Order: sequence, then structure tokens, then C-alpha cells
Amino acid sequence: MALKLPIYMDHNATTPMDPRVLEAMLPYFTEKFGNSASRNHEFGWEAEDGVKLARKQVGGLIGADPKEIIWTSGSTESNNLAIKGVADMYKDKGRHIITAIHEHKATLDPCKRLAKMGYDVTWLEPAADGIVTAKQVAEAIREDTILVTIMWANNELGTINELPAIGKVCKEKGVLLHTDATQAVGKIPVDVNAAGVDLLSGSAHKIYGPKGAGFLYVRRRKPRVRLTPIIDGGGHERGMRSGTLNVTGIVGLGKACELCRLEMDEETARLSKLRDKLDQGILSQLEHAVINGKADQRLPQTTNISFPYVEGESMMMAIKEIAVSSGSACTSASLEPSYVLKALGLGDEIAHSSIRFGLGRFTTEEEVDFTIDKVVTAVKKLLELSPLYEMVLEGIDINAIEWGAH
Amino acid sequence: MAYSEKVLSHYETPRNVGSLDKNAKNVGTGIVGAPECGDVMKLQIQVDDSGKIVDAKFKTFGCGSAIASSSLATEWIKGRTLDEAMAIKNTEIVQELSLPPVKIHCSVLAEDAIKSAIHDYQEKNGLDHDHADASEHTKA
Ligand SMILES: Cc1ncc(COP(=O)(O)O)c(C=O)c1O
Repeated sequence: MALKLPIYMDHNATTPMDPRVLEAMLPYFTEKFGNSASRNHEFGWEAEDGVKLARKQVGGLIGADPKEIIWTSGSTESNNLAIKGVADMYKDKGRHIITAIHEHKATLDPCKRLAKMGYDVTWLEPAADGIVTAKQVAEAIREDTILVTIMWANNELGTINELPAIGKVCKEKGVLLHTDATQAVGKIPVDVNAAGVDLLSGSAHKIYGPKGAGFLYVRRRKPRVRLTPIIDGGGHERGMRSGTLNVTGIVGLGKACELCRLEMDEETARLSKLRDKLDQGILSQLEHAVINGKADQRLPQTTNISFPYVEGESMMMAIKEIAVSSGSACTSASLEPSYVLKALGLGDEIAHSSIRFGLGRFTTEEEVDFTIDKVVTAVKKLLELSPLYEMVLEGIDINAIEWGAH
Repeated sequence: MAYSEKVLSHYETPRNVGSLDKNAKNVGTGIVGAPECGDVMKLQIQVDDSGKIVDAKFKTFGCGSAIASSSLATEWIKGRTLDEAMAIKNTEIVQELSLPPVKIHCSVLAEDAIKSAIHDYQEKNGLDHDHADASEHTKA
């Protein structure tokens, strides 16, 4: 069978919807269109039933009580609500927050805003393997710490932070723990109780659900977490997030979670095998290629590889049939190297020539084989063209050269 | 980013990739740029007794436009005298490859690489420097 190009290898950015999710959602656009807050007629009840089922489905995937799920528009909103909501609600208790420098922008920016407002933020720095450890968190906690926000798995590297252990530290010290689990939910086992998590963000479009639907888990017992809402209005979602519910999106998110729960073991086994094949295929043929982040502590379907002596943009151009993310955060005209890769201590030029491959539910072995082949051919061609590689082969230390300014 | 057809052509099949013996007396080598900035070009010329460039080779670490600019530069300087090669302006490269404003630095670097290779050749052979300097680029 001929491969359909381009190949999608960017499932950490977003995922296609699973047709089964779409099927579950469809009736809620038309015949079951009611407002789930309409208490006095059939239309409302029907919609409410759909939302209720979704709460169970989401709760079931992360070990939470259905009542602890607050619907949002996605993880950006969930992170904002968790971080700003806790900061405001507990401000009389303390004003110290702990996070890490290689979190998603949806965590960094709320923390920066709080810092501007007078909160004290500790920015943990990972070791070269990208992992945030429980020890780091324990050492950073103070008397006035009100919140630790550390992501479960990193979106660029796929690295998994020391999660149950960080939760344990926070419980012992009586500090609330929020985790941005956008990349972890549905891919690896996530259990809010086993991990000692008080607030957890998740998003539907990363797990074969629709865009614009997400949730925030907010613990109700031991301790009962309270939040100052960001959006005020009709008092939906226990007052924490007002606004008529996005019933179709929520139904889709619920179905997506259910499918992940039922199929995770099988999917993980299949995808980790393919991911390992991709790693092996590339690393065995390109001696300078390196995996970024702790290789044996990653999501099963993500890998991030650097290709030294090859420039990033030309690399992307050479593999344009494969949709991937590069280590450049392309902000309009200027190419900024990824701050996540820089956090690992990578130089700008290596960060630029790093690629994240994100496999997914519909990735086939043929696609992986094609990707290995394309990447290896492209890198070999570009190495052939690279004056830096030539110097390295001649035994010249390119870091010792005084390069002209340009 | 959309590349022009000419950039793509040079990128897909770069002309004159390779290296000449940098220790040979009739070879001039220019290396310009820096890895942190995302571009390094090495351009080499081989010059005959009459002062004509008979061969040129390059290797470039850089984006598609940088590769195309240096590939085009080697094409253009082959068969020219040193003076003629010295007179090549980055704006001509910009025009030929239809480079967008954000890629003009690639053409500047290619012009620098030509000049730097010529200087190296002249220095090796005790010839006078032509005073064309890298600082007088016309920014398109
Ligand atoms: C770790 C992480 N947090 C937050 C987000 C933002 O999620 P959303 O697109 O649902 O707002 C993403 C997705 O880009 C992510 O990967």
C-alpha cells in the first residue's frame, strides 16, 4: 500500500479525533442540543446525562471522583485557573510558588504574572536529563509555600517527572500540588490519589478528542481545595468556572478518556515498540545523533533527537514530507531556540537541529520505516555539506574556534 | 517559509560541494559565519597562473537559502578572474535567488566567503590585497 504523504509525527502538538469520539459527539450537536443547566425539561436532562457520563469517564481515567472534574476550554485555561485560583485563594497563608523553567508556557506565564503581582516564584532547573526530582521540590518548599506546580510529562521531551514522589513530598509538607498532565493523561497510568495530586490539568485534543475542551481536577477531600474563579457568571462547575457547558466537547472528551483507559495497555505496547524502532533506526545509522531527556523515563510515544553539525531549518526542509516539531520556536520571523532544550544545557545550534517525533494511535510501522529512512538520508546529505562536520572529522575542536561575529 | 524555485534547485542539487586541498598554494579558503548564528560557510577557490578561478568548492552549515547562496557563488566565480569575483555583490545573489528580507544575511555571508577565499589566496601568494572589504555591503 502506498504511503499517504505528508506523514503526521506530531501527536504531542495535537491528535486527530478518533472516529468513535466523533460518533459519540454527533447527536449532541443536533437532537440532544440542550443546555445541561436547564433543569426543567427533557432537553436539558439529556444534555446533563451526557455531561454526567463524561465526568465518570474522565474520573475513571485518572482515579478521581466525577464530582472533582471542572470543565474548561483546555489545559491553558486549566493551568491558569489552578495557579491563579490557588494563589488568590490562599494568599493570606503565603505567597510562595514553586515551578520549573521548562514547563509549558501555559504554566510559566501565569507564574510570571503572579511574580509581577508580588508573589515569590522559585524556578527549579532540571539536570541535563530534563527530570524534576522530588528532592529538588523538597528543598525548595518553605513555610510560606502555597503551591507546587510541576508538569507530569514534558511536551517537548516526553520526560516524566518524579511524580508519585513529588506528590508524597507535598503531602508531607502540607503544600498543594498542581500538575499539568496534558501530555501524560491517556498515555501512561495517571492516578491522582496514588500520585498525591491536588489539581490536575488535561486536554481533549491531545488524546484524540476535540479541540477546545479540557478539564481541571480539583480535590474535594483531604484536603478540600478551594479556588478563586477566573471567570465569574452563572456559577457553573461549583462556581469555579461559569459559562454554559460545551456539551459536545465534554461528551467527546469523556469518550476519548474512556477509549484511552480501555486501550492504553495495548496502545502503549505497540507505540513504545515503534518509538524504540525509530530511535534505534536513527541512532544506529547516525553516530552523532543523541536523544534529549532521560531515555528510559519518557512517554512511550515521544522521542526528541538532536542532530549535531546539521542546521535545523535545512533539516526541516529535507524532511518536509514528515510533520514534526523542531527545536526552534518559530516566532514570526526570528528563530528562537527552544527554552526547554536550553534548560537541558544544549547550545543554540544543537537546539535548532533537534526534532520531536510524536507517534500516535494511527501511526503505522510503514510510516516509522519511511521516517527513519528520510531522516537518515537527509542528515547524511547535510553532514556531507557541513563544514563543521568536516572539521570534526579532521579532529578540530569546533568549540575552541573563535568564530567571527555575524 | 516558501522558498523560490531557484533556492530549492540549489538546495536539492547543490553545485560544487566538496573541498580542495587547503594547504595547496593555488587554493584559497574562506570560512565565515558562526555555528551559534546558524550559518557557517566554507568556500574554496583554485586559481591558475593567469589569475583565473578554475575551480570552486563549498560546504555550508545553514538554512536552504544559505546553502543556495554559497552554491550559486561557486557557480558564478568559476571561470572568472579574481577581480571579477571580487566585484560580485550580495544584492546580485538576492536578486538571482529571490531571497526574502529575512534571508539577506545569507547572501552577505556568501559575498564575504568569496572575498575571504580570495584574500587567503592572495596572502598565501604574497599578492596585494584588493581593498574591497566585507563592511561595504549594500543592504537590499
Ligand atoms: C504540557 C502542555 N500544557 C498545556 C498545553 C496547552 O493545552 P491546550 O491546547 O489544551 O490549551 C499543552 C499543549 O500545547 C501542553 O502540551
